[in-house]
Order: sequence, then structure tokens, then C-alpha cells
Amino acid sequence: MSTAISIENLNVYFGEHHDLFQAVKNASLSVEQGASFGLVGESGSGKSTILKAITGLAPQWDGSMSIEGNTLNHKRDRSFYKTVQMVFQDPYASLHPRHSVDQVLSETLQLHGFRDVNDRVNKLLEDVGLGPAFRFRYPHQLSGGQRQRVAIARALAPEPDILLLDEPTSALDVSVQAEILNLLSDLRSEHGLTFLMVSHDLAVVAHMCERAAVMQKGEIVEVIDIADMRAGKTNQDYTAKLLDASANRVA
Amino acid sequence: MTSQNLSTREWLLSDTPESRRHARLAAMYKGWLTLRGNHMAMIGLAIIVVLVGTALFAPLLAPHDPFVQELGNRLQPLGTEGHILGTDTLGRDILSRMIYGSRITLYIVALVAMIAPIAGLLVGTVSGYAGGWTDIILMRITDIFLAFPRLVLALAFVAALGAGIENAVLAISLTAWPPYARMARAETLTIRSSDYISAIRLQGAGPLRIITKHIWPLCISSLIVRVTLDMAGIILAAAGLGFLGLGAQPPSPEWGAMISEGRRFILDHWWIATMPGLAIFAVSLAFNLLGDGLRDVLDPKDSAS
Repeated sequence: MSTAISIENLNVYFGEHHDLFQAVKNASLSVEQGASFGLVGESGSGKSTILKAITGLAPQWDGSMSIEGNTLNHKRDRSFYKTVQMVFQDPYASLHPRHSVDQVLSETLQLHGFRDVNDRVNKLLEDVGLGPAFRFRYPHQLSGGQRQRVAIARALAPEPDILLLDEPTSALDVSVQAEILNLLSDLRSEHGLTFLMVSHDLAVVAHMCERAAVMQKGEIVEVIDIADMRAGKTNQDYTAKLLDASANRVA
Repeated sequence: MTSQNLSTREWLLSDTPESRRHARLAAMYKGWLTLRGNHMAMIGLAIIVVLVGTALFAPLLAPHDPFVQELGNRLQPLGTEGHILGTDTLGRDILSRMIYGSRITLYIVALVAMIAPIAGLLVGTVSGYAGGWTDIILMRITDIFLAFPRLVLALAFVAALGAGIENAVLAISLTAWPPYARMARAETLTIRSSDYISAIRLQGAGPLRIITKHIWPLCISSLIVRVTLDMAGIILAAAGLGFLGLGAQPPSPEWGAMISEGRRFILDHWWIATMPGLAIFAVSLAFNLLGDGLRDVLDPKDSAS
């Protein structure tokens, strides 16, 4: 198996010279093709920032990143966006309030140069479990779970290999969370996707991923197999603490 | 027929539109229903419809030629036979002049509404989205325009461009765009960092597409409201320029110019200034009311409920 995402010694900064803030310090990780990798840690530990650096939304970084063997520089081209897509945390903020589902998906398809837009929109909606009835709705006519399905459809539109998931369920209530997670698992096996998933919820990561990196204050403390995590075999105190804190929920 | 109408209505209100056209028509129909529910906005709309109708059919509606002078019949009071609203200093029929003046008013309104908000939107969104040096340069230019008193700047422009209603409107537009630019920039700054803009950037969309297709639709509703609220001021500014001899030139029946003509007789012959004043008041009020109603329709957050 080849490597889908490889990150070495990544540093990400925010702000100007005098109040520069380093959000990610010396992070390294690699994700195999077709694998599902989790990033866990408390708020502000730099999990989402790693995703932002990969997608180019956080432009101040150094170190090296490569996607499917291609090294990334500071400018992303269209082929990158065809390979890597992202699902955002808050489905209430990630859909344009004045664009219907149809507009969102058609525009994405057109940007990637697809011709058979009409058929593809219907197919995408079907893939994420929304009927054609939802096609011309506006975001305010949809529930949170439905919105997140639309956001997932948008991310799938360019037929990417890698999906970056930024806490895709944390803004949803528990029953809907399970639906979305199952949908993501199904889509992953169906399309052979690689997942890099950020979550503060260890239960979600344990359900979705095979391996996970534990982050604290911008550093990767430990990379751990989910099987080991379930068994409580940790090398670091912080991981053990994190596990303890969510023990009641995992069990 | 009733059942046919009912089914059209049901088709328009359907929750599950079948085509893009259907969805757009349904959205427009729902917007119209919201607007119709707002009685004040409907009053405003009615006044503006009357104004447009008057302007279109002015030659049919006006009882007299607005330019014909009849010096023996000057300064007639309200209700004079043949001159319901009286006559002015040169014996011209005030009602006819007001009817023809509606054309000029609409012309001013349309021209300013075309130039100032669009220029402001362009400058504001580009400035807000691009940031950095572009932002600094464009906003400092905006500051320079804002720093001048509006009428003085308009006077300078008119003096440079020459007198006349077109140049007056152009001058007013040139002084009116900075507030729109500021507003559009402020909105752009909040929109540009939102997730849906990040999401479309991740689809490889360029700045031009993001600004025109994703930022403009969100700025336009507040801009329209601001334009309608500014309309009264714009009509009055045009009248002010006319009063100074730099706007509408006599014998043009521009409402503001009519007021300034009647100003000399305001104590003895109050109707000469009052009638066009009432017309300006009604039209400004109509634009304000309609603007308020449009805000309710255009604001996506409100229509969510």
C-alpha cells in the first residue's frame, strides 16, 4: 500500500511578526492509502490547523507535506482539489445561505469540469441518502444532519481520493451523529476513500479509525493503534488521562 | 378558473420543486407573499407604481403644457378653475409641472441607483476580499471622498463638468458611493472568513467567482435597503443643486427647483412650494417603506422562519 498523506516536521503559524503564534509544532504523521486516521486532542491543540495547512487555508507553514507522493508547495492547483476534499465542522456555516443544494453541487461540478452535471447531482444526492426532493431546497429548509449530508455530497463531487473530516458530527445531536458516521463509513468502503478525521470525541475516533494521533498544545504526543487504545495500552500519561476522561463514554 | 388558479398557487408553493425554473419561481412567489404581508411596504410600492405610471403617461395625464406661461393668470390659489393646484409665478399650471417633474425625479433616482451602489459594491468587496495593500489604497481613497462635505464636493464636480441634471446626478453619485463601499467592505470581512467561502475555495474557485457569485448576493440586500433610505436625501441634494443654479435648469419642472422658485412667495402663496414638497415627501416615504419591506424579503435569516 502506498502513502496517501505524509507530513514531516510541520509547523503552522498564525498572526504577524510581533505576535506570531505557533499553532502546530513539529508534527509528523503518515496515512496509508485507504486507511482512516484520527487526530484527537482537546480544543486548541492544533488538530484542525493541520487540516487547514494541508488544504492551504492556513498559508503560514514550513516543513514538508506530500499527497500521494506529490510534494505540496504553498500554492495549490486544481488537481490537488480533485484529490483532497474537506468536510467542515459546522454544517450551519459551511453552506452558502443563498444557494440551493442544486446550485452548491452544480457549481462544484462545473468548477471541476464535469459535463453531465444534471445526472451527477442526482447521483450525489442519492449517494448521501437525500432524495431528489431535496435538490432545490435552500440550507434554511434543511436540518443539521441534512445539511451535513449536502456538505459531504459537495466534498464527494470532484471524486476525491482523500477526505479531510473536521469534526463532522460535533455540531449534530447524538442520533444524527451515528447516521452521519455510518454514512461516512459506507462511502469510504464504496469509493475507497482515505480519511483524515479530526475529533475531540474518542468514541467517534474509535468507531471510525484504525490509528490515531494524540495532540496536545500543538504537538503530536503519541500515535496509537485503536486496538491498543481500547486495551488501554498507552505510552504517554496525557493519552491515558484523555482516555480516562472519556472512559465512561467509550464503555 | 378558481381550481386552475389554486393549482398554480399550489405548484408555486410546492416544497419539492422539480426544476431550476420551478424553484426560482417558487422562491420569487414566496418573496412576493412576504412582501404582500407587509402593508406599509405595499403602500410604498403603490406610491412608486403610481409615480412610474405618472411618468410614463405624463402627456396624457397633464391638463396643461408645463412650459406655457400665462402671466395674467399667475399665482392662482388652489382649486382655481382649470388649475386644481394653482399656478406659479409665471402662470404655469403646478399640477402639470408636477406630473412632468415625476419623469425627472425617476430619472435622478434611476441614475443614482445605477451608479453609486454599484461603484461602492465593487470597491468595497474587492477591498474587503483582497485585503493587504489593495484594501489600504482603496479605503484611503474612500476616506478622502468621505472627508469632503457632500454638497461642496458635488458643487466642485458640477463646476468642472458643467451645469445640468445629468452632471448633477453624476456629481451626487460620485459623492454617494463611499458609504456603500464601507458597508460592503464590512460585510465582506465577515463573509470572507466563513466556512462556505473556504469550502468554495477548496473547489478551486478564483477570487472573481467568489466575489461576484458568493459575496455579492449577500451584500446586495443591505445595499438595496441603504439605497432606498438614501433616495430622499438624493432627491433633495439634486434639488439643492438646482436651487444653486447648478442642477436642473429652468424651465425644467424639477420638483426641487420648483420649491426653490416658490420659496420667494412662501408667506403669501404657500402652495407653490408646498405641493412639490409634498410630492418629494410622498416619494421619499414610499422608497423608505418599500426598502424596509424589501429587507424582510431579501434577508435570508429572516425568511428562515
